[in-house]
Amino acid sequence: MSAARVGVVTFPGTLDDQDAARAVRHAGAEPVPLWHADTDLRGVDAVFLPGGFSYGDYLRCGAISRFAPLMGELVPAARAGLPVLGTCNGFQILCEAHLLPGALVKNAGLHYICRDQRLRIESTATAWTSAYTRGQEVVIPIKHGEGRYVADAETLAALESGGRVVVRYLGNPNGSLNDIAGVSNEAGNVVGLMPHPEHALEDLTGGPGTDGLGFFTSLLKTMVNA
Amino acid sequence: MIDSVGRAAETPQEPQPYAELGMKDDEYQRVRDILGRRPTSSELAIYSVMWSEHCSYKSSKVHLRQFGTKAPKSEALLVGMGENAGVVDIGDGWAATFKIESHNHPSYVEPHQGAATGVGGIVRDIMSMGARPVAVMDSLRFGAADAPDTRRVLPGVVEGISSYGNCLGLPNIGGEVVFDPCYIGNPLVNALCVGLLRKDQIKLATAPGPGNQVVLFGALTGPDGIGGASVLASATFEDESQAKRPSVQVGDPFMEKLLIECCLELFAADVVVGIQDLGAAGVACATTELAAKGTGGMDVRLDLVPLRDPRLRPEEILMSESQERMMAVVTPADIPAFMEICRKWDIPATVIGEVTDTGRLVMTWHGETIVDIEPGTAADEGPVYQRPYAEPAGQHALNADDPSRLARPGDLGATLLRLLGSPNLASKEWVTSQYDRYVRGNTVLAQPADAGVLRIGEVMPGASETVRGIALATDGNGRYARLDPYCGAQLALAESYRNVAVTGARPLAVTNCLNFGSPEDPEVMWQFAEAVRGLADACRALGVPVTGGNVSFYNQTGSAAINPTPVVGVLGVLDDVRRRVPHGFTGPDERVLLLGETTAEFGGSEWAHVEHGHLGGLPPRFQPEVERALATVLTEAAARGLLTGSHDLSDGGLAVALAESCLAHGVGATVSLPPGDDPFVALFSESASRALVTVRPESFDAFAALCGKHEVPCTTLGTTGGAALSIPGVLDIPVETLRTTHEGTLPALMA
Repeated sequence: MSAARVGVVTFPGTLDDQDAARAVRHAGAEPVPLWHADTDLRGVDAVFLPGGFSYGDYLRCGAISRFAPLMGELVPAARAGLPVLGTCNGFQILCEAHLLPGALVKNAGLHYICRDQRLRIESTATAWTSAYTRGQEVVIPIKHGEGRYVADAETLAALESGGRVVVRYLGNPNGSLNDIAGVSNEAGNVVGLMPHPEHALEDLTGGPGTDGLGFFTSLLKTMVNA
Repeated sequence: MIDSVGRAAETPQEPQPYAELGMKDDEYQRVRDILGRRPTSSELAIYSVMWSEHCSYKSSKVHLRQFGTKAPKSEALLVGMGENAGVVDIGDGWAATFKIESHNHPSYVEPHQGAATGVGGIVRDIMSMGARPVAVMDSLRFGAADAPDTRRVLPGVVEGISSYGNCLGLPNIGGEVVFDPCYIGNPLVNALCVGLLRKDQIKLATAPGPGNQVVLFGALTGPDGIGGASVLASATFEDESQAKRPSVQVGDPFMEKLLIECCLELFAADVVVGIQDLGAAGVACATTELAAKGTGGMDVRLDLVPLRDPRLRPEEILMSESQERMMAVVTPADIPAFMEICRKWDIPATVIGEVTDTGRLVMTWHGETIVDIEPGTAADEGPVYQRPYAEPAGQHALNADDPSRLARPGDLGATLLRLLGSPNLASKEWVTSQYDRYVRGNTVLAQPADAGVLRIGEVMPGASETVRGIALATDGNGRYARLDPYCGAQLALAESYRNVAVTGARPLAVTNCLNFGSPEDPEVMWQFAEAVRGLADACRALGVPVTGGNVSFYNQTGSAAINPTPVVGVLGVLDDVRRRVPHGFTGPDERVLLLGETTAEFGGSEWAHVEHGHLGGLPPRFQPEVERALATVLTEAAARGLLTGSHDLSDGGLAVALAESCLAHGVGATVSLPPGDDPFVALFSESASRALVTVRPESFDAFAALCGKHEVPCTTLGTTGGAALSIPGVLDIPVETLRTTHEGTLPALMA
């Protein structure tokens, strides 16, 4: 089987695209650069929306990016089952595009926070977390100013009862409701999270350890089983 | 009415506001002599900004020359002083370019935008060398930590750096935060950027080739910081009229990020002949400097400059400091490809002129000639001053006031905790957690490590493979420099050099930011002259050349100048970045070794400052041969994999270094002080050229032999492990107590 091809999207202002491509490579897949202005997903097997400040995020984070030409292709493909991961700004874009419920607002402390964050993997029933064990504790960096997850009570209840809270903070850094760090759609193919697994791949660089690699090896596992 | 060259010739007696633009009578007269007529208002704008202290270095030039005349031989130096930034060879076909620059005055007026645009400016300097910017650092100084104005300035500065740098996608990997009452009203914001490029990719600010096109690209030009370069940087605030107070520039990091990616694509496509960023003095500076360094001539149609505010006058367009703009020289054949790349990144780009061989910089405004000068007269032939200098009246008494008279403490544990919780030594996590240190995925070490370390192999696609890394540190100590500016500048270099070496990197080159009071005060000028002489001598002695930097004068309120504060950045290289030495104690059962010699040196020390509010005596001695030997041992030991952790000794001495080493990874240690030494001196003296390292027991003999070979004193202090820092008979403090003391201070002050 040839290597899985994972699209890495660059919007104007995307910052972690190089890291995202590296993460895909480390997991043994092939990163495929996708440009925001294109209307072609280039036949990729999955898509990674990395972090950054797309369009400067001067408006609500992700609010402009959701209208990018590429998103016109991505949204229906995701609804049809294409595995999609959004981290940080990518998560914000997925919420703005209504592929995921809820919204991300300014951190409770009002400051940008960069730190190595302890997390618990709450669901392994998604395309991006099957390589972990349920309840596994990991350390993955966070770095954001607007990462406080909010949703109405009904949505939160649905996320909790449906097993769609994928990652939870241990020691809530930003005031997210229910300590939510990441969620999935109902089908489990679309996952968004504020932490940056692509910054926890190697002992040499980034945060401590390699706890983030599982998100990317999960994808390969999913695709082999599919 | 437009003040054209023709009109200027016809109205020689028309009064001109040169004094308001910061020009002296004789400087204005010189412009008239050069031109053989009065300058037009646009020409006056150009000369006034180009001859300002900020752009011309007219007070500092005669001293700064020593960085060249005393420079050590260095095979690494590819581009030296005088360009936008220096470039050094780091091996395997790679080069690094780095520079530190001040944005002090704007950061006092408007902390957020002042600091943000400081980052933006230095990043564009690095881009204009043809490099990809890969990291930033900030060296920050504020008034007393509990002063009301510090609570205004510090959060604003940190937020400005955070919002601009984070949005730009550059990791912030280190720097300093220092408090001292002398910086109240004159905070220091010194921003450093480092970039990487292939050796064959270096770009220079030059405009050769008649017929080549001059392209202005990036943000539109608006009324930002007009007069900022000459006014903000050349006069004190106190006597400033409201009318003269200019607006601080506003930054757009999103535009800067696009500009970075756009420039890199332009460089890769090889469609740029020369390039210059627009910083202080905007279009005026970029056109004169490019023309002066190129074929010598340039025609510019100033009415083609795309404007954000259509009402701007030509003089204002020339002076505007709108951010996120660059100027490139491009061959006519490459213009379509150049414009296409700009379009891809949504970057406005406009041809505003052409390179000529006339030797004249000629600018027109809707057909009328408003500037016609020899560019070199503005760019290179500004006034040069031999300012008088004299040792400050109280210097002798200050040096005679030796700290040996100060009462020494009984409880050394309590002293350590007070120092560790004091604002200068307390954890800076409140600041640094607001900076993204991980973006781009090449950060190997960042704050609170002694130096930031980056992997370079994955920075740019297409470059040759390498396992190398670079290390960067900045340091400065205003108290040392106040006591002895010659030695203080040397100690700033020594500490930065040592910080790079403790990570295992070989120090290669130096950048500096010299922050002083008014050069018109002979006592300040003496401090400046001494500091430059000291730094130049120390660079020669340590074998690391100065590649560039920046001078910031007029950091004073009334007659009270800041402590002289030379901030020195050092860049080093690791041949194999995987051999970098982590910060502090990394695991149990390792031997803790002290390298170097300790004598009672308390002049300017943290202990004297925190416990007695005392500043007097002399700073620690600087011994270059000892410093060099220590660096040799550290880099050799790292390359051989002998070290498991390290930390340099500086502010607060051994006691603080031990505590910080415990805090790095939550690993305690049990140590004893060298027998016969006074425990207070052993723990709190700030003797230079010392470091702590840990080795596995089986590596000890090899390491001790290495120290012996280089005559570096090596003393076994004890063993790592446990949950406390324990010095039997002296102190015993749980690591958790160290942590709460260390981490509580800044959040409490900024709450």
